[in-house]
Amino acid sequence: MKRWQYVKRLAPLMAMMVLVLAACGREDLSTLNPQGPVAEEQFGLMKLAIILMSIVIVVVFAISLFVIIRYRRRKGDKTIPKQVEGNHKLEIIWTVIPIIMLIILGVPTVQSVFNLAKDYSKDPEAVQVIVTSHQYWWEFEYPEYGIKTSQELIIPKGKTISIEAKSADVLHSFWVPSLAGKIDTNPNSNVNTMYFSAPKEGVYLGKCAELCGDSHGLMDFKVKSVDQSSFDRWVAAIQEPVALPSDPAIAAAFESKCLTCHAVGDLGGPAFPNLTGIGSRQSVGGILINTDDPQYSNEGSTYDNLYRWIKDPEKVKPGNQMTGAYNLTEQELKGIAEYLADLKLNYEQ
Amino acid sequence: MKEVPTLAHAHTHTVKRYSGIMDWLTTVDHKKIGILYLITGGFFFLVGGLEALLIRIQLWKPLNEFVSAGTFNELLTMHGTTMIFLAAMPMIFALMNAVIPLQIGARDVAFPFLNALGFWTFLFGGVLLNVSWFAGGAPDAGWTSYAPLAGTTYNGDHGVDYYVIGLQIAGIGTLIGGINFLVTIINMRAPGMTFMRMPMFTWASFTTSALILFAFPALTVGLVALMFDRLFDANFFDPSGGGNAVLWEHIFWIFGHPEVYILILPAFGIISEVVSTFSRKRLFGYSSMVFATILIGFLGFMVWAHHMFTTGLGPVANALFSIATMLIAIPTGIKIFNWLFTMWGGSIKFTSANLFAIGFIPTFVMGGVTGVMLAAAPADFQYHDSYFVVAHFHYVIVGGLILGIFSGLHYWWPKMFGRVLNETLGKLTFWTFFIGFHMTFFIQHFLGLLGMPRRIWTYLDGLGFNEMNMISTVGAFLMGLGTIFFLLNVTVTAFKPKNAAADPWEDGRTLEWTIPSPPPEYNFIQTPLVRGYDAYWKEKMDGHTEMTPAEPIGPIHMPSGSILPFLMSLGLFIAGFGFMYAPDWGNLGSLNTGYIIGAIGLLITFGCMITRSVKPDHGFHIEVEELLHDKGGKA
Repeated sequence: MKRWQYVKRLAPLMAMMVLVLAACGREDLSTLNPQGPVAEEQFGLMKLAIILMSIVIVVVFAISLFVIIRYRRRKGDKTIPKQVEGNHKLEIIWTVIPIIMLIILGVPTVQSVFNLAKDYSKDPEAVQVIVTSHQYWWEFEYPEYGIKTSQELIIPKGKTISIEAKSADVLHSFWVPSLAGKIDTNPNSNVNTMYFSAPKEGVYLGKCAELCGDSHGLMDFKVKSVDQSSFDRWVAAIQEPVALPSDPAIAAAFESKCLTCHAVGDLGGPAFPNLTGIGSRQSVGGILINTDDPQYSNEGSTYDNLYRWIKDPEKVKPGNQMTGAYNLTEQELKGIAEYLADLKLNYEQ
Repeated sequence: MKEVPTLAHAHTHTVKRYSGIMDWLTTVDHKKIGILYLITGGFFFLVGGLEALLIRIQLWKPLNEFVSAGTFNELLTMHGTTMIFLAAMPMIFALMNAVIPLQIGARDVAFPFLNALGFWTFLFGGVLLNVSWFAGGAPDAGWTSYAPLAGTTYNGDHGVDYYVIGLQIAGIGTLIGGINFLVTIINMRAPGMTFMRMPMFTWASFTTSALILFAFPALTVGLVALMFDRLFDANFFDPSGGGNAVLWEHIFWIFGHPEVYILILPAFGIISEVVSTFSRKRLFGYSSMVFATILIGFLGFMVWAHHMFTTGLGPVANALFSIATMLIAIPTGIKIFNWLFTMWGGSIKFTSANLFAIGFIPTFVMGGVTGVMLAAAPADFQYHDSYFVVAHFHYVIVGGLILGIFSGLHYWWPKMFGRVLNETLGKLTFWTFFIGFHMTFFIQHFLGLLGMPRRIWTYLDGLGFNEMNMISTVGAFLMGLGTIFFLLNVTVTAFKPKNAAADPWEDGRTLEWTIPSPPPEYNFIQTPLVRGYDAYWKEKMDGHTEMTPAEPIGPIHMPSGSILPFLMSLGLFIAGFGFMYAPDWGNLGSLNTGYIIGAIGLLITFGCMITRSVKPDHGFHIEVEELLHDKGGKA
């Protein structure tokens, strides 16, 4: 039975795989590398399931391999094997063992279902956030502070964030893999709640996880966890008035072509993403990553990204509602991109 | 279509028997309808496969712009819809048509005319759906077509209209087929073929047909409601008008989850037959297999909300549906071990059919265990709508159903066409398809766990998704290559002489192997007497070479062919167009052009129905002399 050697060799390999999995993927994106208690709880359940199911796989593979090697037909073999109707003992075994395994998995599942359904919406310690999804951007409202922002959810580290999720148009789903599983955002009365927290400071990637139209795959957002004092400074800073561009021509263009839909500070309209502090965000449009050291084609400096986005939003995010809503001269475009790139909120120290 | 035993009644009606293309358009013979289902289902399988390859090409590298975002959504929608409704279902019906009447010792299905109608409505529904590609845009709201994205507010063009109308027409065909097989299996079994002597494939098809009977009406109701939303501004699912988007999710999945079992149960049946035949051994634990099949079918209706854990149903619903879903693992596990122990102690021959069947078992287990993982709701919050789910359902549908269908096709090909498929090419098909499959989908589990949502047009660079997506794409091409080998095999075999023996595998156990390959129009000259499970095997073991007949040779009553099923379906096809384009095509005089066309289409359909009801159709008899001549010729 030399072939059993392979099985023996495979088993530690499988165990290795599980270990490797436990620390794999990007810290800010992977469900296998959880950064908050909710994702950790979910990962715990995933690990339990993976271990149980690996046992099933190993048993089935082992029996399969044994059977197809041991009982293959030799050439010209005309013998007729014994016709077995069944075996009660065996059949009971492979009914009862799965039931036991399912109990092992089922009990913590039910516990966790109720644990993750806890309602923090009345908890004074928790930060309340109303998440509203739009084709293809995210709006975050902090009702306690009376502020609204978009695309980047700023949270104080360690605090429980209580989410109320809904949609302004079609179905979307709010997902920050490294912090918590997803919750759908439904239109109208089907409002959902969830909670999560991020004990560590950092930026976590969020994604839309429900097909919502052309740019579904590009509907990214960020969750940025900062210390409490930075968060307090951010809350104050975002409510301060914002000056218009110093060049009156640019200011006029900005007012007549941008502020009809967008808001900065106390100016403009609330229907589309609030631009206050856009210059200090991680990305433009959720996917053009702001960095001074661009490596990939979706990266660039804040100014370059803003310029690229305003110049042809359709190219960046097909089907978005900004396309064709304005006409800007090259000079206005540059001026506005420059102005927005400098529209920073200084709250981090 | 009961046979009339008395010779005195055997007067001949003058019946027009068609030939050539008209024969195929008018046929009510289950064997020919099976072949029609296979050809059209196979064609749509290639279309869906092509769509899959385009999807994989788009995703082979980050920020690719091979197809536009809009086209990508059309591709993913049509890939899913085509594969489920127009490829998998018809190929299952192909095998059910080709095999079930033979396995139960019947001369045809209970309602041959309806059988033809079912095929033609499926075909015209499928063609209508695919016409959308050439008529300004295919549906693009996913095969689940969630509202409000599928509503007119966010989907103004006609894409989703094609989805709702095409699927309604095709759905009629499926429902008709399901009812037909239920009645056939209940009423038309040969003497001695009790329920607990039925072959496993028949049992699985029986359960599947019952699931169709209960599940498809839910889909039809949903589609009709969505159609009213789209064509007549109703507000079932439109939140701005007081409708509810979550309602659609419920209706869709009340159909959608049983649909999964509708697809997989026949594959379970095929595997049971193939594994047993090529192990030369009786199916281990037959009665527990039957029990497990029925239990899976029953539980299949209790678990739809596990597709909606993230919808926000609350902890009580999520907990209940988690546990209910996990329960399905138990009967499924019973089946897996029964197959393994059927092979245990057997004499296993590795034909292509059996390779597919044996490959199925571990592959399906891998899809099954991820199913149990998905059942744990809190963990599902992470898996849901990620590539993990894509990997899971491709493991059960491709690794389960498609391997099962390939196995069944290689196994029953000689019975359907009188020619045995080439074994070398068959094995080549298996290995390329099998390796390609695992290469494509295994890696996708990890893509999902690492944070890649499903249904995304493209992904950003630097997220760690690049290599795995590239591997997946290469695997998809290997699967394509496997499919090409199969087509090559079919072509090569078609030019070989039609000389398959009645029992070409020599280890046949069930009734279909007692009659010539392909069987004559009337299947059995004399209805066989069934004396036990594995009826033919039992006779072989008792030293007999053929079945004991249950009746003397007498004239056989046959149903006559009819063009009406074709015309009825054509009428629905025309009506669909009319209603869909009514808002666009203006008026003809004082009447809306679209509605006039719609009415004409419906008139054709109803006219055919009246004709069918009023015109007597006595069928015809095949006389004893002809039967004896057939028998002599074959002897």
